[in-house]
Parts: sequence; structure tokens; C-alpha cells
Amino acid sequence: MTITTQDIPALLDTLETELRQAIASRQLHNPLMIGIHSGGVWIAERLHQRLNLAEPLGVLDISFYRDDFSQIGMNPKIKTSQLPSHVEGRDIILVDDVFYTGRTVRAALNEIFDYGRPNQVLLAVLIERDGRQIPLRPDCCGRQVTLQPGQRIKLTGPEPLSIDIKTIEHAA
Amino acid sequence: MQPNTMSANLQLNEEGKLKHFLSIEGFSREMLTEILDTAASFAGMSEQQVKKVPLLRGKTITNLFFENSTRTRTTFELAATRLSADVLNINIATSATSKGESLLDTIRNLEAMHVDMFVVRHAISGAAHFIAENCAQHISVINAGDGRHAHPTQAMLDMFTIRQHKHDFDNLKVAIIGDILHSRVARSQIQALNILGAKEVRVIAPKTLLPAQVERLGVKAYHNMEQGLDDIDVIIMLRLQKERMNSALLPSESEYFKCFGLSAHKVKLAKPDAIVMHPGPINRGVEIESSVADGPQSVILQQVSNGIAVRMAIMSMAMQSSGVNQ
Repeated sequence: MTITTQDIPALLDTLETELRQAIASRQLHNPLMIGIHSGGVWIAERLHQRLNLAEPLGVLDISFYRDDFSQIGMNPKIKTSQLPSHVEGRDIILVDDVFYTGRTVRAALNEIFDYGRPNQVLLAVLIERDGRQIPLRPDCCGRQVTLQPGQRIKLTGPEPLSIDIKTIEHAA
Repeated sequence: MQPNTMSANLQLNEEGKLKHFLSIEGFSREMLTEILDTAASFAGMSEQQVKKVPLLRGKTITNLFFENSTRTRTTFELAATRLSADVLNINIATSATSKGESLLDTIRNLEAMHVDMFVVRHAISGAAHFIAENCAQHISVINAGDGRHAHPTQAMLDMFTIRQHKHDFDNLKVAIIGDILHSRVARSQIQALNILGAKEVRVIAPKTLLPAQVERLGVKAYHNMEQGLDDIDVIIMLRLQKERMNSALLPSESEYFKCFGLSAHKVKLAKPDAIVMHPGPINRGVEIESSVADGPQSVILQQVSNGIAVRMAIMSMAMQSSGVNQ
């Protein structure tokens, strides 16, 4: 495997560097950082501190916006999203831990747009893995990885952050 | 339409998930707790600028109210709207049932319009159950009050409000006061409190407003407020259902208030942190004094707000088992 828990500090360093470049090149003004619950929030907390952002960190739980609700059902322990009331016209940095199919990010964008129309959204993820299913991809990432068939990658945390790679039988 | 082929408990599907919500009876403590937990997720939404999620987008929910109701119908409608469902309010007074069409024919016609859920209020006990047994398999039925039988969503919003203030049910002593005989709310509340593990459930009422052998419901019966309110954590007042009283069950409203109405003085008989509840609509000065209904221990308006979150939880849970995107 090409990625381990020990790589996390380096991945965060890379992500921070890419983010600084993207913020400069896309001229983000007073960006609002939003972490997607739960792994995305853990990464966002670290990035928020590193970038010394003025605006408090936003938290998004996309459970009510998932497109697989009928298959996985309702999670009774959903955390309410916490976004500032004014998203309209804001520059947003959306953070998740692992980018896979793109459906989580789609759900997150749908929810953000229900709060208002942002000026621009920049997507930052710690790990981008193969398996994209819809035409979305991150702007910044710590590392891109290709997993073996049946392998799944998951970030656990918040302290310490750890990467868990499992092989699931019969998985595609 | 195909007949229903569900498991023995009509309210659950073959996977044990919520399908219909007709009565509290038969549910496990785990299932009721899951409903309360899911409602807690929705409760915060009322504070948000955008009070809407897309969970039931594309679904059609029909409010079938054969009995008048403003509060319950409105909160069901708001709950469905906040889940992004389309809502049909059928005006029974001008609908085909008032022109002689049978209930089942009405249901069949609505099925043909591809409705996904019926919210049913009916003066006859068992009406919602009857519709659930006879409607198409993909449809869920929610009981919004049937005769004297059950009002399970009201009971669940009451449980939600109690949990908000008292956190758990294990050490809880609850008194339900008033017209127990005619109250579908009281029946459902008693069932829910017993399933959720309340320490003691009391009913306080004149003998004429208590069902025979009421203790079989799992309650202790009292006939005076002084004894019944002692050491109580939750006071639930009930509405005097004058429309269901066809005989002289009470001497007078003023005498009823004197004996069984809740005054500020009587609230002091309960624990100092006791909460006061009422499912509404309130008859001020008959069941409850205005200073109590509007006082610091009253959570009556919170019950109304919580009704939306609880109904959102029940609707979304019932729809997930029928396959939202099918």
C-alpha cells in the first residue's frame, strides 16, 4: 500500500501548501472553511488552524442530502449542520477526508446552496482515491491513491488521526 | 392494486423497519427511542434559515382528515413540506366520501394518483389500521388520531418534550389528568411511557371520566389532585372532550375546574421542577389556569414546535422502508 497513518503529517503539509496556492491564485477573500462531518471536520480543524482563518469553522452533516437514503436508511444520530447564516456571495473552502465517488461532495454542495449562493467553492481533501462516479473532483489534495479491488480507505480520529485500509470481500 | 403482504406486525416491514405508524402498542423501547433520536436530528432545523431538506423530494403525502383539526394537520403539512414532499390536503367536507363514495374507493382513487403516504384522522377507532391493511404495498399510513383509540404522533412528541426536559424516563413519575375515558392521546401516552420505562404513570380524574379497570393499562388511578400530584415530575393535562360526551359526566365546568383543573396552587403539589403539558387546544379556566398555561413550568408551546420534528422523523423513517427512490 502506498499510504499509511505515518504519512498524515506530510499529507497535511502538502494539502496546506496546495490550499495556500489555490487561495492566492483564485483570490479567495476572507474564506469560510466548512468541514464535512466527521472526517472532513477533523482535517478542516487542522487546516483552519494552520491557515489562521478569521471566520469560525463551519460543520456540515450531509445525511439529509444523501442520494442513497433509500438504501442505507436514516441515521438517528445526525449532527445538525452549523453554517453561518450568510453564505450568499462568500468564498468557501469545503474540506473532506477522502474523495471517492463524488456523491458526498455533491450532497454537500446541494446543502450549501440551500443556505445561499456562494461566490466560489474550493474543494480540499486529504486523500483522493480512484472510483469517481460523477463529474466532480478536488481542487487540492494531500495525495492521490489507487486502491486494489475491494479495498476501502477510512480516516479515524479525531485524536490521533489514523488511516485504516480494509479489504472487503465481494466488494467491487 | 396488490394486497399488502407484510409481516405479522402491520407497522413494521419484513426487515423490522417502520412501515406504518398506527399505534404505540407493539413497538419496542428501541424503536421508540430511534424515533426520538431521529426527531432530535430534525429539531435543530427550525432554527436554520433554510428549514428544508430534500429527503422526500418527489413523494406525495396526502392529509386525509375526516375529523377537524388545525394544529395536527398543520404540523403534519409543515413536516412534509420541510422534507420536500408534495402535500395534498383533501377537504373531506367537499370530497366524494360526503357524496356517498366508500372509504376504500376514495383510497383506490388516491392510489391511482400515485400517492405515497396517507396521514389519516378519523372519528372511528381503527380507521387508519383499516386503510393500512387495504392500501397498496408501497404506501405508508400514519395515524393522526382515530376515535378513542390512538394518537401516536402526539404521544411521541410528548415523549420528545419530556426527554428534552427530564433526559431519561427511568426515574420519572408522570400524572395524566382529566378526560382519560375519551382520550386517544392519554391511551397512547400511557403506552409510550410504559414502553420507555417510566417509573410510575398515574391518571387523575373523576370516576365518570376513567375507563373501567383502568389499572390494566399500567397506571395508578387517583380521584383527587392532592394525592395524585405528590412527587410528580411531569403533569399532563387533557382537554375536556365535550364533543364526545353524550351523557352528563360532569356536574359543571366550574366544579370540574375546582376539583381537577390545574391552578398555580396545585402545581406546587408536584416536584418544584415539574413541567406542565397539554396537547391542546386548551380550555382556559376549565382544565388549566391561564397563569399556569403561560407560566414558567409550562412547555405547551414547545410541544407544538416539537410536533414538527417528531412528525418529520416518523414520515422519513416510514418512507425509507418503502424505498424513497423506487
